[in-house]
Amino acid sequence: MGSFLLKRSGVMLLTAFCLTFIVFFLTNLDPNLEKLTKSEGNQRMTDQQVESWLVRNGYRQNLVKRYGEWLGVAPGWTRTDPETGVVTGRCIRGGIDPKEASTFCGLLQGYWGHSLVFKEPIGGIIIKKLGLTGWLMLWVMIAMVPMALLIGVIAGMREGSKTDRSLSTFSIITTSTPEYVSGVILIVIFASRLGGLQWFKGTAASAMDNITFENFFLPVMALALYGMGYIARMTRASMSEVMTEQYIRTARLKGLSFRAVVLKHALRNALIAPFTVIMLQIPWLLTGVVIIETLFNYKGFGWTLVAAVGNNDIELMMAASVVAVFVVLLTQLISDIGYVFLNPRIRVS
Amino acid sequence: MERLGGFEIFLQVMWQFLPVWIGLIIILGASVHFRSRLGLYGKLFDSTIGIVGLVIVLFWVLTAIFADQIATFDALDQVSGMKNKKPGWPVTGLEGQHYLLGGDNLARDVFSRMVYGSREVLVIAPAATLFAFMVGITLGLPAGFYGGRMDTVLSFVANLVLAFPVILLFFLLVTPEIRADGPEFELWGGHKWIASVPNLMALFLFLFPIIFFVVLWVSRYSTQPQKLTIYLAVTLVIGAWAYTGLVFNADPLGLFYMDPNLLNIFVSVVFVNSPTVYRIVRGVTIDIKTRDYVAAAQTRGERPWYIMLWEVLPNARGPLIVDFCLRIGYTTILLGTLGFFGLGVSPESPNWGQTINEGRKLLSLYPHLALPPALALMSLVLGLNLLADGLREESLKD
Repeated sequence: MGSFLLKRSGVMLLTAFCLTFIVFFLTNLDPNLEKLTKSEGNQRMTDQQVESWLVRNGYRQNLVKRYGEWLGVAPGWTRTDPETGVVTGRCIRGGIDPKEASTFCGLLQGYWGHSLVFKEPIGGIIIKKLGLTGWLMLWVMIAMVPMALLIGVIAGMREGSKTDRSLSTFSIITTSTPEYVSGVILIVIFASRLGGLQWFKGTAASAMDNITFENFFLPVMALALYGMGYIARMTRASMSEVMTEQYIRTARLKGLSFRAVVLKHALRNALIAPFTVIMLQIPWLLTGVVIIETLFNYKGFGWTLVAAVGNNDIELMMAASVVAVFVVLLTQLISDIGYVFLNPRIRVS
Repeated sequence: MERLGGFEIFLQVMWQFLPVWIGLIIILGASVHFRSRLGLYGKLFDSTIGIVGLVIVLFWVLTAIFADQIATFDALDQVSGMKNKKPGWPVTGLEGQHYLLGGDNLARDVFSRMVYGSREVLVIAPAATLFAFMVGITLGLPAGFYGGRMDTVLSFVANLVLAFPVILLFFLLVTPEIRADGPEFELWGGHKWIASVPNLMALFLFLFPIIFFVVLWVSRYSTQPQKLTIYLAVTLVIGAWAYTGLVFNADPLGLFYMDPNLLNIFVSVVFVNSPTVYRIVRGVTIDIKTRDYVAAAQTRGERPWYIMLWEVLPNARGPLIVDFCLRIGYTTILLGTLGFFGLGVSPESPNWGQTINEGRKLLSLYPHLALPPALALMSLVLGLNLLADGLREESLKD
């Protein structure tokens, strides 16, 4: 088990390095840097002025070196102005004396940079926004997982029955309705004059301070419905497979009721596969979160990502990407480990 | 002039779709008649879910084909005074014409835009899926068949792409900046080519269909040089022709051409889809290579690539066809997402995702702007998913 964990974590770290480097490369393309320069300086800068600004601010170093600086494993750049003799550098900011500034300042030292859009340190923004998205995810999970498992188990209990057919069709319909479609339909039905119901609010902006049933129901449902169908189908497949096993027949033949067979013998084994799927669903929800937060104007992590991209806020984009990549990789790791723990047939030597 | 009532709108819409109904009747009638000779497709008619899926998919395919006949207006026609008008509103200045599903916030016909939107999706989604399959099959077969170091490296790269949050990848990869960044090269006939990231990806990804077919013919007809020469010549000529047109935008005859916007989207979608196809193909290959007929082929002394392409691949077709349908649906959703965030599409294009995005801003006041494209997209994906389900059911039976 120890070596398995070690190997998995090693691969995970390598993946994280590769992915963050790719993101770093893509966010630091020349046109992006040019845009950044012009928004920091002014829009009428000549190409020459842009170039000299980039050189002065350390953007014209080797990409790998800059990635190292950003990560905090390479010493931050310093530059002495040939005319005035003033020393500037990556780690020299906020009026710190150049001699006292630390050599390394990057992700590993906890320096995430400064956001252009929000005019705040990025670390704080990310934590605040992740908190908001965390609430959304929590409620989505609370709504989605039990519903999906229930539908899957009931459908898979008696394969081919009428209940199975209608529940399976329902899950196909939900998997075919992406968030931006279900969000629109839900708003029209439950929050517009055309639908006439107006039970809920079509925006979740007020949920940032105070989550209520009224302002949070629609975004949570839009997200939960799309993710639910897939988990339900997986659960159904796994359940119907378990129901054909020998030990289920034995249990039936020794006189147990159908109820007892399902609850005591089938359920645990049938829920191994869905567990993996649920964990892997989390990164998948990320896309949905970005869409739903934009649609319902809920200013969480997804909304921040859109804002960062839209405003060419390179450092915020990098920070958000790092968080996104780590969420994906962590859920993959947890799902792998969980699968091994839950399934007695797999023994990792 | 009177505004049309709900029932009249319904009738009129049904009437506009007349070419689709005729086409559906002909295709379904012919299919049911010849079903015993049509293999898996014929068997599809035994499953209700499969039929429903097929009908929905055919409906949209025919709509895309006959879009010019079905649409009542052009996708870009603006009629003054028709801004945000309700469904069934009479068009000012045109006797007897109505905006069947209302007008959008630029006074264009919502119905016609929805119809033309189907064209955008049904050209890109299947083509991108096909390319993703070419890449996935060409890499997945040897990875599963040989295993070893190549498998490790390829699988690592595939997992790398899969670990990338899709939406982030799109935000970074589909931008006007990225299309313009890179060294510029002079090509023949005054054409220029920028070595930007999407163009380089196209350079790499579009090679796979050519490689696939070349290997396919070589592995099969290496003992019949005459046939081989013909097949290879045809493949290479068409391949090279399309390649120069699509990748370098320098087709001498001007037939193959892709807008840089579109190429950007296309390449990104292929890139996102290929690793999953790779994983499926690899998994199926690992399973199938232990079968007796593979051992028999090996004993006959067949070459590895012949076994992969002519023994393993045809026997893996079941799961691959099912996944192909599902993947077109998924690609449709992805294209909608791209349109929703306004990535890589021109502002006036009738793309469904983009229309939904424009309509959502006025959703509580004018729901008729976003609802038609939303339901269209949903029904197309639903049709593809149902079709995939029907195919899975029927292919499991034999």
